[in-house]
Amino acid sequence: MADLSINAEKARALDMGALLKDAGLTAFVAFALSISLVGFQIKDASGGLQLITRFGDVAVVTAIAFIGRVLLFLLRRGRGRAVLISSAVLAAVLLLSILASMTPDSLPQAIVATARAVLPFGNVVLSSVMLIVLVVLAVRGYQVMTHSVHEMTMEERDREMDKVAARVQKISLFLGPLALVFAIALPFMPFADRRIVDIGTLVLTYVMLGWGLNIVVGLAGLLDLGYVAFYAVGAYSYALLAQYFDASFWLALPFAGIMAAAAGVTLGFPVLRLRGDYLAIVTLGFGEMIRIILLNWYQFTGGPDGLSGIPRPSFFGLPFTRRVPEGGDSFATFFGLDYSSLHRVVFLYYLILALAMITNLFTLRIRKLPIGRAWEALREDEIACRSLGINPTNTKLTAFGIGAMFGGFAGSFFATRQGFISPESFTFIESAVILAIVVLGGMGSQLGVVFASILLIGLPEIFRDLQQYRMLAFGAAMVLIMIWRPAGLLAHREPSIRLWGRDKIGKKAEVHS
Amino acid sequence: MESTFEYFLEQLINGVTLGSVYGLIAIGYTMVYGIIGMINFAHGEIFMIGSFIALITFMILGIVGITWVPLAILIVLIVAMLLTSVYGWTLERIAYRPLRNSPRLAALITAIGMSIFLQNYVQLLQGARNKPMQPIIRGGIELMRQGDYVVSLSYLQMFIILLTIVLMAVFSLIIAKTSLGRQQRACEQDQKMASLLGVDVDRTISLTFVMGSALASVAGVIFLINYGVIDFYIGFLAGVKAFTAAVLGGIGSLPGAMLGGMLIGLIEAFWSGYFTVEYKDVAAFSILVLVLIFRPTGLLGKPDVEKV
Amino acid sequence: MSGAQEYRSANRPLLTVEHLTMRFGGLVAVDDVSFTAFDREITAIIGPNGAGKTTVFNCLTGFYKPTVGRITLHREDGEMYLEQMEGFRIAAKGGVARTFQNIRLFPHMTVLENLMIAQHNPLMRASGFTVLGLFGFSSYKIAEKAAVDRARYWLEKIGLLEKADDEAGSLPYGDQRRLEIARAMCIDPVVLCLDEPAAGLNPRESADLNDLLKFIRDEHNIGVLLIEHDMSVVMGISDHIVVLDYGKKISDGTPEFVRNDPTVIRAYLGEEDEEETAAMTGGEG
Repeated sequence: MADLSINAEKARALDMGALLKDAGLTAFVAFALSISLVGFQIKDASGGLQLITRFGDVAVVTAIAFIGRVLLFLLRRGRGRAVLISSAVLAAVLLLSILASMTPDSLPQAIVATARAVLPFGNVVLSSVMLIVLVVLAVRGYQVMTHSVHEMTMEERDREMDKVAARVQKISLFLGPLALVFAIALPFMPFADRRIVDIGTLVLTYVMLGWGLNIVVGLAGLLDLGYVAFYAVGAYSYALLAQYFDASFWLALPFAGIMAAAAGVTLGFPVLRLRGDYLAIVTLGFGEMIRIILLNWYQFTGGPDGLSGIPRPSFFGLPFTRRVPEGGDSFATFFGLDYSSLHRVVFLYYLILALAMITNLFTLRIRKLPIGRAWEALREDEIACRSLGINPTNTKLTAFGIGAMFGGFAGSFFATRQGFISPESFTFIESAVILAIVVLGGMGSQLGVVFASILLIGLPEIFRDLQQYRMLAFGAAMVLIMIWRPAGLLAHREPSIRLWGRDKIGKKAEVHS
Repeated sequence: MESTFEYFLEQLINGVTLGSVYGLIAIGYTMVYGIIGMINFAHGEIFMIGSFIALITFMILGIVGITWVPLAILIVLIVAMLLTSVYGWTLERIAYRPLRNSPRLAALITAIGMSIFLQNYVQLLQGARNKPMQPIIRGGIELMRQGDYVVSLSYLQMFIILLTIVLMAVFSLIIAKTSLGRQQRACEQDQKMASLLGVDVDRTISLTFVMGSALASVAGVIFLINYGVIDFYIGFLAGVKAFTAAVLGGIGSLPGAMLGGMLIGLIEAFWSGYFTVEYKDVAAFSILVLVLIFRPTGLLGKPDVEKV
Repeated sequence: MSGAQEYRSANRPLLTVEHLTMRFGGLVAVDDVSFTAFDREITAIIGPNGAGKTTVFNCLTGFYKPTVGRITLHREDGEMYLEQMEGFRIAAKGGVARTFQNIRLFPHMTVLENLMIAQHNPLMRASGFTVLGLFGFSSYKIAEKAAVDRARYWLEKIGLLEKADDEAGSLPYGDQRRLEIARAMCIDPVVLCLDEPAAGLNPRESADLNDLLKFIRDEHNIGVLLIEHDMSVVMGISDHIVVLDYGKKISDGTPEFVRNDPTVIRAYLGEEDEEETAAMTGGEG
């Protein structure tokens, strides 16, 4: 036993040369990456452009890359203790300097100055991110040291996560209703102020869009990069119907859905036979085309100025206004409440909650119908579908049209909530965000969409103060989550029909394990 | 005016110039797609980074006093190609390689995430404002004159077209004649088999990204000196157009990428010249849809027989 | 020319192939092939690799449009010209079901779901093209129950009832083969086309397969078309054999006839002999 461990130690003896080469290369790459864009900043000045140098930051980037690589290298070689100690020390220094630079008044000037000099990039946010990374590294170091974990391969980790996802799916029977109850109760929670309800409304809008797109991408496997087009069609349909025909929100809502579905079918018809990636680029093109048309058709869409004065929704004919309409009631007077602008905010929240739930129930139901199964079958193998007599074009078109319809509903909700729409709101990035929600959550997983929406929309919204880093972190999160779990966070497929019921599976699994 | 030959010629020249930019970016898309079958959505951002690096290098050269234009452009080209390829290499290494055997959708989402990341990275470091640059190549040859209306081929445009042709030639030679090109083609056909035969697949894919990025950075340099203004957002539209060009020409085919780029450039130029500037992108996408409907593998792509 | 010899049967003709030709660019994969498959018979198409067997299947089931030729399906309610129909209609309206050389199940869906998808068209009608189904009309529930019963029947037949809720892709190879046949039977076909169903099966599974195919022919009264290399399967169950070589039909008749046809022995079996001889001499040297 002892011999073995000594041998193992020997085998793991640190190869300093390899370490330095590895870390040096990483540092060199970091230097090459940062010397241009980090090292120099193009600044607007009175006489034209001016260059400002930031070589200090380049040095910091290079140093971080070097140290980070060394720590990773040590971790991989099982040097848990070294990693734990060094990252703990670094983390402590970082933490102290962050704290010191954040409380400049209560400390001597010299200390604050030193702290600020130590702080990488002189930037609290980036330093905090690094602090978190160091803490994670320290924990990993400790785990390696105590042998409580071993380096998991990608497949092992995937299997672990599959189990987690399956478990989540199982408890989603409770988790779903629980989340729904929470969502219903949210506006009445003590901490729920207007901002929280607004964020909730925004998150729910994306949940609904995610569920709508999930039909197209998650179930039918059609890669749609232009989903925002249907969102836009829905929004403009409502706005224009209201403008030209005085249609109320409730009257216009189905029309907006139908218009969006029609747009989906029209655009889909010529291109749905294309293979995955081609479809992606063509749908992206369609999304851009609709935006360009909205941008340039001045007399109809108002061009870049957009459409404003879109009527707000009413509660079964009762408006949410301070002014009571003549010969009628407003929402507040009818229910004998004092007027509050919060009423409308809360109402909008419930409206999108209801719309989203309709989308959800629809999806859950249609999955168990032949068309839903055909969508999933098409995603799996189109050729086999054809050999079984399923019309691929029609089946895809229904998925595309129905997905578009829910996008249209969400669009008209967006229009009535904002009261103003312009092509600005319907850029490609929106499509990308919605697609990211579907894929990150785990394709086809309804709960995954909720989870991803909270993660991608809710969290950044809460950290709005860090505005400038928001999209940076968003992009980085997309990449990291995908690398960490390519199938999506909660990817798990529940059969649409069972012969034996759930319990049988459970029993069989127990017997096997 | 619009019916004259002179006007036509002017649009033609504009279209070819623009087509060079699209074509050079499209090669990156087509090569990456050919070898690992993914849409490298962040490739447009690599082009944008190339143009920023070029602008910074031009400014540094101005400060140190290298003002002889041919030398300056040469240095800028070399620096931009080198530093931009590091971005391309890193992109593949940290974002795409871990996902090589994952579902295609995961790779696509990662690429979109990288695109968003890089855009905001540049915006954060360089600011959101437009960055204008003084034209550095002036003058040209007068081709035609009709009254006050002069059609000229500027030295700049001549340079751009010439540069594109030279790069294309060198590049085709690399693919056709060198062992690197052979390894690339082998990996395109069958990665597993290639690796069994001793091809270093990882290295070949890395080099593909490096070459694609270098060409995109040249497109960035051309964009900068031709249009004279860049911002952090130019990568998106140029990237989408270039990918459209790659698909139009037949994805996986290098001459196809160049042809597609030229076609998209010409369509845009002529549409802007004869119809409306606003709808030029709509025109480009419509042509793409038409081509894909009637020839799903693009103009020069190999038609693939459905394997049952 | 032995290709002139045509097999005759007392049964009703089910599928007539006339002058079928398929070219890919310069390559002629199938060259002027004509034969007739009869109802309630197992017709085997055999031939060396690259003889064009699968291409014939792909033409029959609409995955390829033949360059020249006529494919007539004689249904009891009339005739259909399959070469003019889209692939999915051949299955849906014509009732021509098929399996694939490399199994094409829906791997991430369960065994039962695979069989339900095969009954898509009748279920679609029963669900009022989804509208009625969405609101839970009983007509759909009844139809769905009938579909499950049919699936259960076939699962029992192929011995997979226990595994009905397992992912199809997780089944052992032999089970997947049988499931694919059961799935094809669930579309209620008049012709079943099987592309190398015995490939990769062990002798016991192979024998089971023979029984299953005979059962399908005799109890379900349909025609079976079969591409197969395994001669024990072919000679054991076929009523009628069509031999292709280099895209041309070289023999057509009963197993007895084909086995003794000198053309076949020369072109097909003879070639194998040569290979064996070559292998033996190679081993010695």
